[in-house]
Amino acid sequence: MPEQGSGTGWWARFRALPVDSTPKTLAVAVALCLFCSMVVSLAAVSLRPTQEANKLRDKRVNILQVSGLYNPDIDVNKAFEAFEPRVVDLATGTFTDAVDVATYDQRAAASDPEMSDALDDDPAGIGRRAKYATVYLLNDEAGNLDKIILPIHGYGLWSTLYGFVALEENGNDVYGLQFYEHAETPGLGAEVDNPVWKAQWHGKELRNDAGDLKITVSKASPPADQQVYHVDALAGATLTSRGVDNLVRYWMGDQGFGPFLENLKQGNV
Amino acid sequence: MAQTYRKLLVDPMVDNNPITLQVLGICSALAVTSSLAVAMVMALAVTSVTAFSSFFISLLRNQIPSSIRIIVQMVIIASLVILVDQLLKAYAFEISKTLSVFVGLIITNCIVMGRAEAFAMKNPPLASFLDGIGNGLGYGVILMLVGVIRELFGSGSLFGIPILQTVNNGGWYVPNGMLLLPPSAFFIIGLIIWAFRTWKPEQVEEREYTIQVAEAH
Repeated sequence: MPEQGSGTGWWARFRALPVDSTPKTLAVAVALCLFCSMVVSLAAVSLRPTQEANKLRDKRVNILQVSGLYNPDIDVNKAFEAFEPRVVDLATGTFTDAVDVATYDQRAAASDPEMSDALDDDPAGIGRRAKYATVYLLNDEAGNLDKIILPIHGYGLWSTLYGFVALEENGNDVYGLQFYEHAETPGLGAEVDNPVWKAQWHGKELRNDAGDLKITVSKASPPADQQVYHVDALAGATLTSRGVDNLVRYWMGDQGFGPFLENLKQGNV
Repeated sequence: MAQTYRKLLVDPMVDNNPITLQVLGICSALAVTSSLAVAMVMALAVTSVTAFSSFFISLLRNQIPSSIRIIVQMVIIASLVILVDQLLKAYAFEISKTLSVFVGLIITNCIVMGRAEAFAMKNPPLASFLDGIGNGLGYGVILMLVGVIRELFGSGSLFGIPILQTVNNGGWYVPNGMLLLPPSAFFIIGLIIWAFRTWKPEQVEEREYTIQVAEAH
């Protein structure tokens, strides 16, 4: 470059400096950081709506799947209109309007000290439990309650498993269970996604007639009269199975949705 | 010139493969090869990051002060990786769920840094871009090869389509669970390196020492 070093202004003097000089080094660092941060934030901001829509759609697909309403051809958002989301106060087991159901994020709430309780007795390994949970009610054509979809989560072997359990209108018979987010070992723990294994949950009962929580995931096959409370553990995934057992029993028990399901049975929610 | 460009693209496939010859990028090759679809997306992601990072670093190569060149390369690579991650989350949500943290870890993939430092800092942008694509594809070829073996024998399927009916689904094939765990990729990559070096003996490194023959007592 011919003009290099020939000018007298500060810019010309700057241009004439060697690449390795301190001012040039600083200038390159600052310019590059500014440029890259702009590119990254532009991408993050402009793609966020699409990403949020994906997440929401994914959650809805899972709710439809666990209720047996999903097939790849349906319009997810339209089909989802059949569900009525409600917020449940877990301590009292009643519906509440304390938070807005449209914006309430149970996962964010679980890490907010204002919105959650630290757990001493924590078999599901979740640390803190949100005070409120979003449940989805599915009514049949006559307007009667048909299914209840409850969010569940807990620790498996490597990761927290997030999923839904769908119950029949009596709040005791399981219609289905599935996880939508986990990072268990592919082929072993990740077989929680295996349709054959998931199908086992259909028709199981949570509690016996006396109201004791009986549902379990275990290896040992129980006597014939107990089969209705038993789901076979996954082969080669003892710890994931134990995690699923703990988290289902936790969320269906007194610390989880137990009071809500009891109220539902009595008909006073 | 066209010949050189061709060489830049094709060489890293076999003759100068980043995994089997340079033994780089092994870490992610272990983590993402248990299913073929994931391996393919990972290969594409690494290829695009390597190509574009090499391109941009080569463009700037005369302006990058040598005292901060590694961090400059990192900033460029990291920005590209975030870009890829954001795009996957927006347009390939299912796959981004399975890849999860591994997209972010492309930043630490030795191939990307290796090509930036070894090639892009000294060569013009177009050549660097092609070199990046070539090396990404070389990485991808091995990834897919390992993925085929692991998915076929570990889960009895390819791209998620059942080939061997597994016992869990009421078939006959008992899947080899070990193939789904990361260490199995080590063995497979080891075997692939052995096969490559038997095929092309010039890839075998010279011994750094010779074993002394003990004298008889």
